[in-house]
Amino acid sequence: MTTVYEDHDDEPASDYPVRRIKFTINGAKKIAEVETRLLLAHLIRQGLQLTGTHTGCDTTNCGACTVLVDGRAVKSCTMLAVQADGHSITTVEGLATASELHPLQEGFKEEHGLQCGFCTPGMMMAAKALLDENPDPTEEDVRWALSGNLCRCTGYQNIVKSVLWAAEKLRSQSD
Amino acid sequence: MYPSRFRYEAPRSLGEAIDLLRMGGDYAKVLAGGHSLVPLMKLRFASPELIVDINNVPGLDYHRADPDGTLRIGALCRHADLERSALLAGTQPTMAAAAPLIADPIVRNRGTLVGSLCHADPQGDWASVVLALGGSVVAQGPAGRRTIPVADFVTGPFQNLLEPDEIAIEAVIPAAQGARSGGYLKLERRVGDFATAGVAVALETSGGLVTRAGIALTGVGGSTIDATEAAGSLVGKPLAAAAIADAADLTAAVARPRTDHRGSAEFKRHIVRTFVVRILSCAGAAEERAA
Repeated sequence: MTTVYEDHDDEPASDYPVRRIKFTINGAKKIAEVETRLLLAHLIRQGLQLTGTHTGCDTTNCGACTVLVDGRAVKSCTMLAVQADGHSITTVEGLATASELHPLQEGFKEEHGLQCGFCTPGMMMAAKALLDENPDPTEEDVRWALSGNLCRCTGYQNIVKSVLWAAEKLRSQSD
Repeated sequence: MYPSRFRYEAPRSLGEAIDLLRMGGDYAKVLAGGHSLVPLMKLRFASPELIVDINNVPGLDYHRADPDGTLRIGALCRHADLERSALLAGTQPTMAAAAPLIADPIVRNRGTLVGSLCHADPQGDWASVVLALGGSVVAQGPAGRRTIPVADFVTGPFQNLLEPDEIAIEAVIPAAQGARSGGYLKLERRVGDFATAGVAVALETSGGLVTRAGIALTGVGGSTIDATEAAGSLVGKPLAAAAIADAADLTAAVARPRTDHRGSAEFKRHIVRTFVVRILSCAGAAEERAA
């Protein structure tokens, strides 16, 4: 694998700020060589070709780039890729298995939780963090947990329903 | 958007971090939660040559109370830790009210209180809360530690008193002399927006009388506003309607709001007054119930 950086002719190649990091993504262990200024969102999308994580506003507002870092929801446009060193990342691609959708994905399908779908991966990852912590959330809990994620299509109603649908399914599975 | 190039170090101890800052050249920045610094770097408002990431420094992610009640919040304590804190819910009403209102839930997972104080955004919520509580910042540098009252720590918008080789390692909230009450109210257009107006009130009461009061304002001036006269007017009195109205008027009088897309100056001043009345009335009612 080859990575090519822009040469600004201001320093020898050996001084170019690049770091080697070890991390886990959706259960797979990886080593990557990253420019120190690379954002986690770009490592995921360009480096790992996991384009389910979207970059929307790029200003920490919209939440489309939300992933889990050690189980906690993080806006990946606002974390440096080098900071993933030693940590475990879960993206939307980590939800489904080869044969089965995750209940959150099923919920979004059943309750029409998306229209254009751009915000959906971030919504799902924020919802995943909520349900991991609180398997039986109220509607208010869901709205609160998703308040850092913006959707321009659905008006949120069906997204909230989708998450509640998934919560119920997950609870019934664990019974 | 991506930041300009920088060297990156992630030391494993505070001493190592301070050494890096000392030798780091003209422009080094400490990275904790990164939710103010990274956006600024992406916008190229900040282009540090060296980033010293302190996330691998052990023992900074605490918040705890000393036996005398002094609260200490470490540099890696996230907003979300404070939001979920039973300690804060039980002992720090102003902070407990503010924690869930910082940015949005995902940002709260990374951002830190100490980082917010260092960032010194005039719109920052924690600055008002810590100012109202009479808190300080502990800075550690090559020569040791010093404690700086937050009122002195912030020297201007996005400016603080830290030397280039100092790290803010902790925020300190002094112990209350009486029973604590108060709160934080913030009007925002939507979750994650800056405050249209925010009011922090921190009270200590004893025998039905206010023994200490702090009132500070977010988003209604070019800096965090310390409403000292309004707070002083409450001391020595019970939280009765007349005293509450006086304090609200005095607070509204020191607000310096500007008309912008979030609302008119008049509207914001009205909100400030209303929020002071609400927090003090609520504290007064609780005081009566307890009596």
